Amino acid sequence: MTEMRRVMITASVVLVACLAASIAVLQKLDQIRTGATLEDVLYLSSPSAVKRMSLGYDGLMADIYWTRAVQYFGSRHAARASQYRQLAPLLTITTALDPHLVVAYEFGANFLSPEAPDGAGMPEAAVKLVEFGIQNNPDNWRLYYNLGFIYYMDMKDYARAADAFERGSKVPNAHPFLKILAAQMAQHAGETQMARALWTTTYQTTQDKQIRGNAILHLRALQVTDDVTTLEEVVAQYRQVTGQLPKSLADLVAARMLRSIPLDPTGRPYKITSEGRVEVAVPDDIPFIEKGAPPGYTPPPPKDLEKLGS
Amino acid sequence: MLAIEIIGLAKTYSVGFWRKRPKVALRPLDLTVKEGEIFGFLGPNGAGKTTTLKMLMGLVFPTAGSARILGKDINDPGVKAQIGFLPEQPYFYDYLTARELLNYYAQLSGVPAKERERRTDEMLDRVGVRDAGNVQLRKFSKGMLQRVGIAQAILHDPKVIFFDEPMSGLDPIGRREVRDVMEELKRAGKTVFFSTHILSDAEALCDRVAILHLGELRGMGAVADLASSVQGNVEIVWKGTTIFPSIKALNAVCYTTADTVRAVLPETNQDAAIDAIRRERARLVSVTPMRTSLEDYFVQKVQRIETGMGAKA
Amino acid sequence: MSTRILYIATNTFREAVRDRVLYNLIAFALLLSGAAILVGQISIDIEKLVVINLGLTAVALFGIVIAIFIGIGLVSKEIDRRTLYTVLSRPVHRWEFIIGKFFGLAGTLVVNAFFMAIGVFAALLYVAHKFQAPDGWILVALYFVILQFLIICSLALLFSSFSSPLLSAVFAFSLFVIGSFSEDLRGFAALVKGPVGWLVKGVAYLVPNFSTLNVISSVAHAQPVSGRLIAYNSAYALLYSAVALCGAILIFQRRNLK
Repeated sequence: MTEMRRVMITASVVLVACLAASIAVLQKLDQIRTGATLEDVLYLSSPSAVKRMSLGYDGLMADIYWTRAVQYFGSRHAARASQYRQLAPLLTITTALDPHLVVAYEFGANFLSPEAPDGAGMPEAAVKLVEFGIQNNPDNWRLYYNLGFIYYMDMKDYARAADAFERGSKVPNAHPFLKILAAQMAQHAGETQMARALWTTTYQTTQDKQIRGNAILHLRALQVTDDVTTLEEVVAQYRQVTGQLPKSLADLVAARMLRSIPLDPTGRPYKITSEGRVEVAVPDDIPFIEKGAPPGYTPPPPKDLEKLGS
Repeated sequence: MLAIEIIGLAKTYSVGFWRKRPKVALRPLDLTVKEGEIFGFLGPNGAGKTTTLKMLMGLVFPTAGSARILGKDINDPGVKAQIGFLPEQPYFYDYLTARELLNYYAQLSGVPAKERERRTDEMLDRVGVRDAGNVQLRKFSKGMLQRVGIAQAILHDPKVIFFDEPMSGLDPIGRREVRDVMEELKRAGKTVFFSTHILSDAEALCDRVAILHLGELRGMGAVADLASSVQGNVEIVWKGTTIFPSIKALNAVCYTTADTVRAVLPETNQDAAIDAIRRERARLVSVTPMRTSLEDYFVQKVQRIETGMGAKA
Repeated sequence: MSTRILYIATNTFREAVRDRVLYNLIAFALLLSGAAILVGQISIDIEKLVVINLGLTAVALFGIVIAIFIGIGLVSKEIDRRTLYTVLSRPVHRWEFIIGKFFGLAGTLVVNAFFMAIGVFAALLYVAHKFQAPDGWILVALYFVILQFLIICSLALLFSSFSSPLLSAVFAFSLFVIGSFSEDLRGFAALVKGPVGWLVKGVAYLVPNFSTLNVISSVAHAQPVSGRLIAYNSAYALLYSAVALCGAILIFQRRNLK
């Protein structure tokens, strides 16, 4: 039996060694391939071609392309990519294969239209995508909401935004907020409270973790804007009264103009600079910050949206 | 040195879906074959002969026991160079020509490159397929394939050659040729081990035989010894047409012809039968002992078991 | 020892070449390359793209089919027909038999791919009228296709060593399909948490990764292939084939031949 045993042992050892090595190489390959420009070339970029190739298993292929779209965006977003060329085609193919995959339209609204590095910067493509979604799912209020969202946030087309919300409010079981948003649009378009209303709605109604994480960040930034505006008014008041700038926010509390030093959404107290600007302690921790950052401030790479939103 | 030594070799197959039904193909077998002899491995179909051969060739693994060929254990890689094998009803790569096939086998057997062509030609000649050397094997008849099979078994000049049912499906001329080959091999000092269920071939060729039935060894020994161990018959012929009851009582089988009766009975009853005929005042024509054959021995060994099995059922 | 492997490989190659199925498939593949030219005529400006895409895909897919067709019979046919008896009664190790068969089949596929590639290049020359420097990457894509062949050969041999031709074909083909989506499988595994995620991850790593070996589309767009990718892909294909072959050897070593 010795000859056979020798062969069996050798073969087993080689098998296990090669298997382990192959898995290691595979992991290395995964790394290379996500970073490489190869990723940027979709094998088939035409939705109709993909549909034909699916041989009827459209649902499965849609799921596969949806997974790819999510991964594509997630990995590039973490790497602070400056463009997301394949996101639109990936989402177009996904929805062509499965027009009822509502979350894909939502994803497009939230990440196709904003400017890089937070999105692909293609609001028109996003509109087209969501309109396609509405065509195929006319009773889904969320899609109208997403459409209005794009028009409002990234295209600043308040008329069309109002129109989209209006249409959506007529759908049975629509979120009651749609009617309110449509009504408010005429008077308060461009104001932070509108933005806050929209982001709050998104946050409350979405199921996708990345989208929710994104909404949270926007809401925090809006909170900061509100806080800073209020604080600046109080500072101005103080100046009027005392004729000089407060050295710190504690002075405002001492002067009974503030009850206590307010905290920013990260839990840190706001501060006042020597020039009298109200700022947050660590602007890097508040993406999308508009007010409350020092002049000439550049934001750092984006956060892990998925972790935030779960 | 013994050419072949089989020690307690056994094989049990586990059949059935959950491998729970064991099927015994061979019970522990002990067997030896001397160098230079022709050994016959006899038994009806399904006796376990092919299983034994496959184990010797390393195609099937024994569940117990061991075997040695020319002193080396069968698992020893050095053994294969010394042996040749002709399986039952062999198939060969039918897309190859006879010459290509023999050349391939010569390569695998380690025949040096210079020798190969010469040996191939020699073999093709020896088994009589020289003219069809460049014809694809798919076009060969059964007899021709068998000849090619013999050629591949001996082309590397092995010391021990194994044949599994070498005569099956051959016409009398083919069978004669195979027997000639085996005798030639013996004359050249080779050992031949072949299995068959055709007893007349074994009787004519073998020095020693073993009889296998239902996986068990039933008998082994030199042909002459075995044949004569069986009680023989005697044939007594007398003039007349009457079959005497006294004769029949002696276990006789009687046949009548025009004017004689022929009785075949055990030779132990020979004297009693002659007395009986004299008493009946019949005229004795001849008393002839019938030569016992291997077949008688075989039938006796195999049949007894079968009856035994029948009785149990 | 190594010469015996060479003899077995040569014999396997000879068997494949004399098998008529091979020629039908090659003819069909060449036909497809020709058709690629016609299809290209319909869509202006992307004739070259279509020729490369369709041509290389034909080489890959037909090669896989041939590999499976011939590969599955490699061992099981020999056992069924008992041609193995006379081979294994000679001083041939069972593992030499497996390795020899592997090289014979792989050699057949490489030669086959070579001829079909000539067809593709001929079609390319016809539509583009001359070769350009980026066309060299097509050779890399072809090399990757050959690596795919190696993996499929080893898998076909593995299955053939213990199961019937039909089942072997089904297994091998399924692994090819799943393996083409293996990157998506791993992506999916990353999203699923818990024991199911581990199971999917395990499967995703054990299944052969064919998607990494497919650079046909990028080569069609005249994009370069990184040297690192070439190195790692080569290593992966060799390692994976070794795993499957060791499996085949282990199984075949202990097999009782009927």
